[in-house]
Amino acid sequence: MSTNSATVPELPAALSFGLRPLPLAPLAAALDLVVKSAARRHPAMFARLGDQAGKRFLIEPTDLPFVVVMTPRPDDPEVQVVRPGEEPATDARIAGPLAALVGLVHGAYDGDALFFSRDLTVEGDMSAVVALRNALDDAEIDLVAEAAAVLGPLAQPAETVGRIAASLAERITGIAFARPRSGS
Amino acid sequence: MTTTYTAPAPSAAWKPKGRLELVCPAGTPAAMRAAIEAGADSVYCGFADETNARNFPGLNFSPAEMAEGVAHAHKRGVKVLVAVNTFPRAGEPAAWHRAIDTIAECGGDAAIVADIGLLDYAAEKHPRLRLHLSVQAAAANPEAIGFYVERFGVKRVVLPRVLTVAEIAALNREIACETEVFVFGGLCVMAEGRCSLSSYATGCSPNMNGVCSPPSHITYAQERGEFVSRLGEFLINKVPGGQPMPYPTLCKGRFSANGETAHIFEDPASLDASLLIPPLADAGVTALKIEGRQRSRSYTDAVVRALRGALDAHARGLPIDSRPLMALSEGASTTRGAYQKTWR
Amino acid sequence: MVSVVNEMATNGADDARNTLTLGPLLFNWSPEQWRDYHHRIADEAPVERVCVGEVVCSKRLPFYEDDIPGVIERLQRGGKTVVLSSLALPTTARERGMIRDLVAMPGVVVEANDVSACGPLAGRPHAIGPLINVYNEGTLAFMEKQGAVLVCLPPELPLAAIGALAGAARTAVVETWAFGRAPLAISARCYHARVHGLAKDSCQFICNQDPDGLAVDTLEGKEFLSVNGVQTLSRTVVNHVADLGTLTARGVRAFRLSPHTCDMVAVAQVFRDVLDGAITGAEGEARIAALMPGAIFANGFLHGRPGHQRVAAAAG
Repeated sequence: MSTNSATVPELPAALSFGLRPLPLAPLAAALDLVVKSAARRHPAMFARLGDQAGKRFLIEPTDLPFVVVMTPRPDDPEVQVVRPGEEPATDARIAGPLAALVGLVHGAYDGDALFFSRDLTVEGDMSAVVALRNALDDAEIDLVAEAAAVLGPLAQPAETVGRIAASLAERITGIAFARPRSGS
Repeated sequence: MTTTYTAPAPSAAWKPKGRLELVCPAGTPAAMRAAIEAGADSVYCGFADETNARNFPGLNFSPAEMAEGVAHAHKRGVKVLVAVNTFPRAGEPAAWHRAIDTIAECGGDAAIVADIGLLDYAAEKHPRLRLHLSVQAAAANPEAIGFYVERFGVKRVVLPRVLTVAEIAALNREIACETEVFVFGGLCVMAEGRCSLSSYATGCSPNMNGVCSPPSHITYAQERGEFVSRLGEFLINKVPGGQPMPYPTLCKGRFSANGETAHIFEDPASLDASLLIPPLADAGVTALKIEGRQRSRSYTDAVVRALRGALDAHARGLPIDSRPLMALSEGASTTRGAYQKTWR
Repeated sequence: MVSVVNEMATNGADDARNTLTLGPLLFNWSPEQWRDYHHRIADEAPVERVCVGEVVCSKRLPFYEDDIPGVIERLQRGGKTVVLSSLALPTTARERGMIRDLVAMPGVVVEANDVSACGPLAGRPHAIGPLINVYNEGTLAFMEKQGAVLVCLPPELPLAAIGALAGAARTAVVETWAFGRAPLAISARCYHARVHGLAKDSCQFICNQDPDGLAVDTLEGKEFLSVNGVQTLSRTVVNHVADLGTLTARGVRAFRLSPHTCDMVAVAQVFRDVLDGAITGAEGEARIAALMPGAIFANGFLHGRPGHQRVAAAAG
């Protein structure tokens, strides 16, 4: 584990560039499935958001050619994927390299430390940002497990394949796509 | 007008003598598990409302989570100290009373309380509930501490961050309860529980609402190539683009006075007293507290591990390595705070 | 002694008489200023109680402590109840001993400004100052049980809490902050010394340069706070003169005026006149403003708003 900002990797520019022409619709559909499934699997996380759950968040991976707009309502979570500059009005914006955002979700990075070091930029409604950060931090989310869970009965084999793919991706990009084991 | 007080029963042995207890922050159930895993002797936490002094959005425990947390901690031999350390609202004390009742019901090991009326309630209603005096009571001398020990049977005082090590040693010779001191984390430059700066700037009070410099009143902006933080209507800090920006805690901002611009009250540094563990132990301190319930579980894990290492090194008579803690400090700068006299 | 105590104790919640208290002088004035101020208050100010003593920094006390007995006598001759205020953050042995000296003084009421004073004062009639956290009726009741007869509430309390406490008081008079920069924080660190690049122990009493506090502004030049040695106060001057009707309607009967370099006798007279119905709150506000040119006034705390804000008082 590291809370030291110097270790936040950036996605290789060539890879980021290569992703640019890809259509966003399939990604949006997949993310929508994952978030809806996560809402079912982690009711405590969504409950923790309290009255901040109705806020609209702009999640901006600065090394990717798209941004995510999310409203984490427990009963009806909403996710959109749009090109930068095409996003609707939002309550709060969280921007940073994909690695920082993923690390934050996994609890591998400390949000405050990322923010002090300016690896992460937050703007807008700080109560909403703090609530989301705290709720995610408590939920001990693993993105690979969340993605696999969408597949229902196939979740287990999918998770195994996902972990191999994640570790492969980690070797290429330096980004931990699966949650590091606690205490590592 | 005469009042009589029953002397409190002598405190039962709380821990093996001579070993410092490491008291660790648990802002969420996940952070509590992380702290326990990383070597906490005790964890401290609070309910998700105005009854505790870290009332941040998305943080803290529901009564059910508290009960689960206590059960989990006890299984691992770790104590749970629950902070109900704001000052109950006049006319509406029910939430605070309920918080105390809940601690007693779910088997919490101690309640950390600051308000005199609430201590009175707890001592009367739950005489077997162990009471710790919160740092928010800012009891900094033998007479103040004695008042709480004699009236309410307080077993431990969390000392305000205004004393030198020598003063702590002298204090311990004069008081009839344990002392707990802060070893690492954010530093209040003002006497805790006696500060209305946040209330003045934002209307949100540490004493009444459990928040200081609350996120709801923070705005960040880029202005003429500088990154600016404000709390309510007041500019707290500005830094050139790209430079580290500390959280805009009011007393750690940059202001101008007497024609100079400076951190008038305190620099945005973390307290790191890890190298003072040996003298603090010699000063008769019982427990060392890590600040930071508002921080992530990754921070909790790292800071508890580092201090566990420091305490273990001290117990074995080895030198203390403070380097692992450097990376965890706000702005990577640290201070020994009031523990050394020059701070004043 | 007995008559003093009776004066305090019989002004219970049933008594409709509104009283004014001059709080302790919080700033470091020259000994001459200190003496002249108290003499003039003794002879001319229309107030019932006057607090005397050092609350902020024990190092200032030697400059005027020899004058204290004379001032007490003159205040008493002027018909005032004398309240001796204790130190806000006593740490050294000498500072801790100061409370014993206060308790030993005959004919006065001692005001505790730190919980450490509450033990020595228990069992005798005493006052609780605004720097002790009395936020609710549980704490108020406990303080009354200990012998508190006058309780000045913390300046940050909103009207709802003040009303609840005034209603809950049984034997103590509940007092609220009514005029003057609000004390916001106390620290072991001396900011006056820090701003001037001096160590606390060799501070050269530099705080004497700022008899109403040292201005602290934001980097945009917005007026923010005032530094007074180890104490931090508001930059705005709290002024509840137009809120007195609201406060008396909630059962508050005592109001604290905190001394500044402006004409405090005149300030007290304005509050007296508004309380007596001789002038309106709005007129009172205009007169206070004329007495303090350039001051920014606030009453935000009372209205549950940020303390630096000013909320227009309800008509009347």
